[in-house]
Amino acid sequence: MAAAAPFSRAEEEGPSVSLAPDHRTEWGRQATPRRASRWIGFCFIAPLLAFLALVYVIPFLGVAEWSVTLPKPGIGQYERLATDPLVLSVFLRTFRICAIVTFVSVTAAYAIAYVWVRGTLLQRRLTELCILIPFLISVLTRAFGWLALLSSRGLVNTWLQASGLIDSPLQLARNEFGVVLGMTHVLIPFAAFPLASAMRSVDERVLLAARGLGASRLRIFWRVFLPMTASGLIGAALIVFVFTLGFFVTPAILGGGRSIMVAELVYLRMFQSPDWGLGAAVSVVLVLIVGALMAALFRFARPAMIGGGR
Amino acid sequence: MDTRAVGLNAIGIGKSYGAFRALKDVSLDIGRGEFLTLLGPSGSGKTTFLMILAGFEQATSGRLMSEGVDITARSAEARSFGMVFQGYALFPHMNVEQNIAFPLQVRKMSRDAVGRRVAEMIQRVGLTGHEKKLPAQLSGGQQQRVALARALVFEPSVLLLDEPFSALDKHLRGRMQDEVKRLHQDFGTTFIFVTHDQSEALSLSSRIAIFNHGELLQVATPQDVYERPANRFVAEFLGEINLLPVENIGDCSIGTGGSFEGARLTGPRQEHAGGAGTLAIRPEHMSLADGCPRDANGVAASIIATTYLGSAMRLGLATRGGTRIIVTLPTETAAKALTNGPDLWVTWPMDKGFLLPEGR
Repeated sequence: MAAAAPFSRAEEEGPSVSLAPDHRTEWGRQATPRRASRWIGFCFIAPLLAFLALVYVIPFLGVAEWSVTLPKPGIGQYERLATDPLVLSVFLRTFRICAIVTFVSVTAAYAIAYVWVRGTLLQRRLTELCILIPFLISVLTRAFGWLALLSSRGLVNTWLQASGLIDSPLQLARNEFGVVLGMTHVLIPFAAFPLASAMRSVDERVLLAARGLGASRLRIFWRVFLPMTASGLIGAALIVFVFTLGFFVTPAILGGGRSIMVAELVYLRMFQSPDWGLGAAVSVVLVLIVGALMAALFRFARPAMIGGGR
Repeated sequence: MDTRAVGLNAIGIGKSYGAFRALKDVSLDIGRGEFLTLLGPSGSGKTTFLMILAGFEQATSGRLMSEGVDITARSAEARSFGMVFQGYALFPHMNVEQNIAFPLQVRKMSRDAVGRRVAEMIQRVGLTGHEKKLPAQLSGGQQQRVALARALVFEPSVLLLDEPFSALDKHLRGRMQDEVKRLHQDFGTTFIFVTHDQSEALSLSSRIAIFNHGELLQVATPQDVYERPANRFVAEFLGEINLLPVENIGDCSIGTGGSFEGARLTGPRQEHAGGAGTLAIRPEHMSLADGCPRDANGVAASIIATTYLGSAMRLGLATRGGTRIIVTLPTETAAKALTNGPDLWVTWPMDKGFLLPEGR
């Protein structure tokens, strides 16, 4: 359940941050529109609020209740969670994968966003295609696509063996490598959007000024461009980290049951073994971590995501 | 502070963007330590010329020399001229001190020396007490001072200023103009200043270069461009001017003149090709009289509009032939002149008008 949450959020939020980027700054500078009546505003978002309450908050309260009542009342499941080596190893692996995926996708997204914002017109359009086309393809489809490429009888191994470079197939999927690769592929666009937004808000004249003052390209990047896009970096890192924490589909398929992450652990406890209490406790902990990170995201990186950057 | 000011020589600089020629064959010698203003309407090529001087744009043709050395191909960072941008272009994530220290750190100056120079500069531009503030926490005028300090702290041989006052209100603009003038005298550096505001150009510069449609029309001292404009565009761009169409241009014993509505109007002696032309006179050089003067030019006209400007009065008149003339007079003088009724004579000394060649 907690695992599904980041996904639907992603689908709602993605396009709004991404398209028509060139007009955003102009919009932001327009005069404040006349304030709509408070009640009309609430009416417009009421269906969303009701939906959230009905399908997220209330069921989640039920899950929270299971975590302290199943199989018997008390905080026994949380104690298990804190001591069970299996559960702990899953959490540890999840954080490790999250850290790697966050680092790799934010770094790659920074380079991509740079070309997307500061490249020639052709480069910008091509980057847009490269980001948007995969972005619009289902995560499930892409996970199976990677499997077709990476499995021991997949395309990559077949080619490598046929060309004589390797004798036996490489283990590319059903391990952490496959999980990291698949997730990075999914998450790069989510990192690229806030980064591009932050880069777009960098005033070209500030970079010219740095050049005019004698600074080399490298120094301009480290001393001026990077710090000026730092809020975008923090935003991108938090978004990717939060998404990765609750990721289910990609790790489940590319991990092949060997590199289990937290969301899959919840699924297994809920559906494969009658251990609802532990599954519920893991869910609660996961939601708390995601909640704390989201709070940090809105606290520190909101400008970069909405546009404006400073 | 010792002067490292240099002169620049632009030789036949041209810049094209595809078929559009932003600059056409501009040649201009900029003297060591002078305050040169590039003046023109927007799209006249003045900013393009400044960007070429700075090294941010490459000229399509022509050469740029500095003290006898060809610097046409030299990069902006290697030229290392100071530059103040429109909108200041301060580093938003650095405080005042860090902004001003940036060019010194680029030059690998020791920590102590940077600290000393920055502190001295902050004092010189009057920013004491604001050292730790970020640009967003400063007023427009203070940001302007930071931009000036950052551009001057490394003692550049040339300081380029691109419409630096366009974002300031009128009052503050006047104060910053005085400040820039003082800094110019103080540093002795060559200042090259871009503006579209002719009064700013007249009050600041030692020379003005006037651009229009990518061409350099005239380079001269403020007084010369104002009183001896090279053509009609320059005359009109530098402030209000009366243009009287004259015919039969010819020399007489006291100067060069032409006929206007039956009267002979005379200006200072100058080269001419005869025929028709335009006689230009600034409104503040004219006055009103109740008869035709003997030793000055005079045109009969009647008042059709008056505008009160505080210390002065702006009078709109029409000649018998319908040509409009504008006269500005001190308020008191104007009030006196108006008591004589609407029909009177507009007069001006013979040395104050000038003939403009036909065309343009």
